[in-house]
Amino acid sequence: MDTISIRAPSMPSGGTKTQRRVKTRLPAAVALLPTALIVLVVYIGCMLWTVRLSFTSSTLLPKLDWVGLAQYSRLFANDRFLTSASNIVIFGALFISGCLVIGFLLAVFIDQNIRGEGLFRTVFLYPYSMSFVVTGVAWQWFLNPGLGLQKLVRDMGFESFTFDWLVNQRMAIYTIVVAGLWHGAGLTMAILLAGLRGVDKDLWKAAKVDGIPTWRVYTSVVLPLLRPMVVTAVVLLTTGVVKLYDLVVAMTLGGPGIATEVPAKFVMDHLFERNNIGLGTAAATIMLITVVSILAPWVYIRYVRPQGRHA
Amino acid sequence: MSMKTRVSAYTLSVALIWSSGALAQQKAEVLHWWTSAGESASVKVFADQFTKAGGTWVDNAIAGGANARTAGINRMVGGNPPTMMQFNTGKQFDELVSNDLVRDVDAQAKAGKWREIMPKPIVDATVREGKFFAVPVNIHGQNWMFYNTKIFADADLEPPKTFPELVESGEKLKAKGIIPIALGGQPNWEHNLFRAVVVGHGGADMFRQLYGTRKPDVLKSPKFKETVELFGKMRGLVDPGSPGRNWNDATALVITNKAAMHFNGDWAKGEFLAAGQSAGKEYGCTVVGQEPKLVIGGDVFVLPATKDKAALATQDKLVEVLLDPASQLEFNKKKGSIPVRMDVDVSSMDVCAQKSHAILKDPANQVESMEILSPPNFSGAMQDAVTQYWNNPNMSADAFIEKITSAMRDAG
Repeated sequence: MDTISIRAPSMPSGGTKTQRRVKTRLPAAVALLPTALIVLVVYIGCMLWTVRLSFTSSTLLPKLDWVGLAQYSRLFANDRFLTSASNIVIFGALFISGCLVIGFLLAVFIDQNIRGEGLFRTVFLYPYSMSFVVTGVAWQWFLNPGLGLQKLVRDMGFESFTFDWLVNQRMAIYTIVVAGLWHGAGLTMAILLAGLRGVDKDLWKAAKVDGIPTWRVYTSVVLPLLRPMVVTAVVLLTTGVVKLYDLVVAMTLGGPGIATEVPAKFVMDHLFERNNIGLGTAAATIMLITVVSILAPWVYIRYVRPQGRHA
Repeated sequence: MSMKTRVSAYTLSVALIWSSGALAQQKAEVLHWWTSAGESASVKVFADQFTKAGGTWVDNAIAGGANARTAGINRMVGGNPPTMMQFNTGKQFDELVSNDLVRDVDAQAKAGKWREIMPKPIVDATVREGKFFAVPVNIHGQNWMFYNTKIFADADLEPPKTFPELVESGEKLKAKGIIPIALGGQPNWEHNLFRAVVVGHGGADMFRQLYGTRKPDVLKSPKFKETVELFGKMRGLVDPGSPGRNWNDATALVITNKAAMHFNGDWAKGEFLAAGQSAGKEYGCTVVGQEPKLVIGGDVFVLPATKDKAALATQDKLVEVLLDPASQLEFNKKKGSIPVRMDVDVSSMDVCAQKSHAILKDPANQVESMEILSPPNFSGAMQDAVTQYWNNPNMSADAFIEKITSAMRDAG
């Protein structure tokens, strides 16, 4: 995520400096034009189109009538959507905090200059190279009470062992979190490890001289220095939360019942399977509003304000 | 003569020869989503018959029904349609008909007496404004119960004939440590089981009122509540590993003697066949209910509209091949369905297919499937309600009925 400002080339009205600037900037501007057009037409255009359709009664094909907020009142009376919304909050909070904690601990562990560092790094990062579909199917098998962990432990002689979260309505969403953590923690580790490696060695020496315990250095000195890396990790993880779809489809298909439904799946099902464009786009619009209201303050602080200062 | 002209003359002559060859050969591009082993073997029957008749079959198989339909519809709208394209019997091609994108085949239908030889629900689902706009090729029964003959013999039980009986013998089997019902615990299969209970216990009229006319009156009848409660009792008859399971894994539980019964469409026969089992021996098939009503759907082919005379002739030839009695028989043997022509002799097919044919001989037993009766908007909302009820043992029948009422209201 980065903003690129394109200043319109000013007219070449003599003056070698301006001319040179135009000469160097013009190709860049021309090269960026298609991207700018795509962003405007495809992204922004489709967003507006989606919002517009959410105020219509469209079913299979888009229809440009006006039904006001009818789709939204249907949406908020729909228990599947409400379950989806609360699930994404549970998943988002646990997934992001969990990835950060586990990722940080793993990064600290590797940062101790242990033997076989390359091997550990690969092992921890490996889950990230799997698609969510593979992750979901693997964890589905592993957690299935009749095939996976529960059966394994029972076969070893512990007859009363029960671990049925995957098929338990109240616990199933947490199995999705576990699979998500397994998938995403390695990436967080890699990002934070890069940050740890960038910490000035002299800081460590100074802390040693002062006799500060290592854990204290990590929490009070190193962690604040890692702020940009943490922010990057959070942004990457957040996009994973918003688009959470394939993991759920592969692992539980939203079940048992509607216990693990998520908003993205609600939108997809209503747009493409149920011929209900109106309700689907209303749900998509709610997702958009939520994301924008979370991201807007952050984007403002990080990009808009500093740029304002320079100019 | 420059090099350039010579080259283009050459290209032109090649193109001419090639295209005239194509004309003589009647090249047909067929778009479908029959990609599994059994399915592609069955579509090969049509391909071979068409080749024998002097045509060239260009197979365009796209995995996944929704993907294939999207691809095909986009090509039709874009003016570059395939010669022939698959749909499910039902509402999927409604808008293609209303936009004049597909050809009517009523002349062939009249000549072949389709209205007489095909079951009425299939005819009604294919005819629009009095004309056939698609060629039905098979009939799938959706509410079959497959059972393991050995388990029932060992337990000294008869396969149940009604749903109350089924719950009773299910409890007995459960006490013996057998999974009474193998269920693929995904919302659409849970919904399929519910429909089998509705048509089997509630009857064909209740099924049509619920999925077809969608008037809330049907929900208020005591019989409906009884049906819903019966369905609720069946929650205890599946194993804890059911949620999320694929339908073929559920079928496998019956094949491997772990489960006694399995509700599914007749396409599940392919799984038994692949495991080397045959109908009537290792497994049996029956329709549960006071009177055995069969919920039927199937597949059709539509012929995209074209002005090209050669393409029209090719399409005519394809229709002939699809409904030829010999290819009907062979195709449906491999597909697991039964011939759409009720006049085909099915004595060479398996016992389940023969049973299917015998049930459908009486028009009163033919019940059109949800795909034919309901718009996807409503069936989706129903599916949400059914999966919530099925997976939450604490949910009452009244709460479930309340959910169906609001699904009906929202879907209009």
